[in-house]
Amino acid sequence: MNKLQERATDLLKGGTVKLIIGFEQGNNKIRPFFCEKPEDAEKLIYSDDCSTNNAVYLTKKELIGDNKIAIIATYKEIASIIQLNKENQIKKENLMVLTVDKDGDVTELTSFEEMEKFCEENTPAPDPVVAALIEKIDKMNREERWAYWKSELDKCIRCYACRAACPLCYCNRCISEVNCPQWLDPWKSTLSNIEWQINRVMHMSGRCTGCGACAKACPLDLPIGILTKKMSTDIKEMLGEGEGGNVLSTFNPNDKENFIH
Amino acid sequence: MEKYIIKTEQIDAWLKRIIESVPRVLAPVSSGTKTEFRRIKSPEEVNNKSLTTTVSAKAAAFPPVETLFKYQKDGKDTTLTEDSFDKYPETVLWHARSCDAMGFSPLSAIFDWDYKDNIYDERRNKLTIVTFACNQSDECCFCTSVGGGPGNVEGSDIQLTMLNATDTLVEVMTEKGQKLVALLPDIFQPLSEEVDKEAVLAKIPVQFTKEEIKEHVSNAFDSPVWKRQSARCLGCGACAFVCPTCACFDIQEDAHGNHGRRLRCWDACGFSLFTQHTSGYNPRPTQATRWRQRILHKFSYMPERLGVYGCTGCGRCSRACPVDMNLQEHLISIANSNHE
Ligand code: SF4
Ligand code: SF4
Ligand code: SF4
Ligand code: SF4
Repeated sequence: MNKLQERATDLLKGGTVKLIIGFEQGNNKIRPFFCEKPEDAEKLIYSDDCSTNNAVYLTKKELIGDNKIAIIATYKEIASIIQLNKENQIKKENLMVLTVDKDGDVTELTSFEEMEKFCEENTPAPDPVVAALIEKIDKMNREERWAYWKSELDKCIRCYACRAACPLCYCNRCISEVNCPQWLDPWKSTLSNIEWQINRVMHMSGRCTGCGACAKACPLDLPIGILTKKMSTDIKEMLGEGEGGNVLSTFNPNDKENFIH
Repeated sequence: MEKYIIKTEQIDAWLKRIIESVPRVLAPVSSGTKTEFRRIKSPEEVNNKSLTTTVSAKAAAFPPVETLFKYQKDGKDTTLTEDSFDKYPETVLWHARSCDAMGFSPLSAIFDWDYKDNIYDERRNKLTIVTFACNQSDECCFCTSVGGGPGNVEGSDIQLTMLNATDTLVEVMTEKGQKLVALLPDIFQPLSEEVDKEAVLAKIPVQFTKEEIKEHVSNAFDSPVWKRQSARCLGCGACAFVCPTCACFDIQEDAHGNHGRRLRCWDACGFSLFTQHTSGYNPRPTQATRWRQRILHKFSYMPERLGVYGCTGCGRCSRACPVDMNLQEHLISIANSNHE
């Protein structure tokens, strides 16, 4: 057993936590794993190929209940936990955040300051493929861009895997499901598929951590991750880093626009 | 059944003739990293190497959104108009797989269960299916465990099997298939000696039988297996939307004041909203109960009520799932368990 598996065994045996959300080897890919029994701890793995963002499970009551649980976290999970906490979605006393370094040593991050620090020190390099695609689209004129998004999002089947995989898409009632009034046509059509993505991205503005889980989940491999990515960079450029909260839920009474008064 | 041999290099000429003669030909077309059934205008567009498309072929008869009727309100009067059946084009589904063709039988069983669904039936009747037997497979395929196989001809009007570098076996199963052959009859040579089709097919080991799964799951409603298997499931619609046999739909209204359309749209039992009542009560309140429904529907309720299983082993759900809910793996574990 490696250090991670030993630590997990101890935590479960001693009853410190009821559940450990981590990763296991799946069919040719690494997948989320819910470890509840000490004897299952040896299935836990950790590597650079852990690609799902398991913070998505932290807002699922039916899975975690009111129990104390641990999560084996990569940069993605930690960035999401920080944001979820800003949105009051995390009960810190019930959550143990564990990281694994390159030597396999396990460290618990006990405070949000430590998590922030971890993220600063471990920010992944920007994905060159994503960057190249954003650059390509930036260079397009309006018509070309419209044609590009129309042809891509025409393929969308509205399976909402992008929504389901995002740790920050936790609304109980998604705007796509509200029908009084009906904001979006809930069926597949090019235009409403585009509206769905616009809505998703708008609701992510200033909140998205850029983890890429949405794009990775899309069964049709649609380039939807660059929408949120571009939105975050634009928000940062135009509005700065922001002090907690996000652009849709904060306001300034001295705003130069007067719609707020 | 008629059997012919065709020179493989002549297939494109035949397809070209089909495209000229039939209003709509759907075939696997690649774009980016994915291959999907799209309407083609020339044989060059087809990706002949693709194993399976991401999304199944069911849309050919059961599109993601279907207009059931249009309405116009005028004071107290309402006029309903149904689309003319001419709207549904004669279609050839080209380069489908056995697991695609097999999928139409459970779909038809559902759409014609008690009420006969005219719209579905019309689309299905206008569909001619040309499958290509699989000489390759991937780790998600398990057709042989659910009664199908890489060279299974059930549901196909024609099946083509590449026998070697030059020759392709053509098995014509139906009259619809004969009609396609008749478009360019000279290139088809009657089969003079038996050929060993099996020898060129992909080898897909049988892992369990569907009857075995039925027996296990039929008594497992309260088993902890559902919760255990579904823990990582995210509750999206990917597995149902890509599946050739999933037929659940939602009725939606495209309303514009005094006129509008009533639509049938794909829906998925994995969504939490799927069974939510107006009162807020949800009889399937957890992902475990929704996953159980998915498996029981396919392997217990459908065979019991409709005499047909709801899975062709195409593996699409496993390929599409963002969290590797691999159906074959789950079924093997069900087949080998004794349900605590
Ligand atoms: S995951 Fe992809 S196909 Fe599914 S709704 Fe999102 S963009 Fe559309
Ligand atoms: S990248 Fe996608 S999944 Fe990740 S936080 Fe942003 S919107 Fe959500
Ligand atoms: S359940 Fe999965 S393997 Fe079975 S037919 Fe549907 S998509 Fe294919
Ligand atoms: S099994 Fe996979 S594809 Fe199906 S609902 Fe769950 S997460 Fe989505």
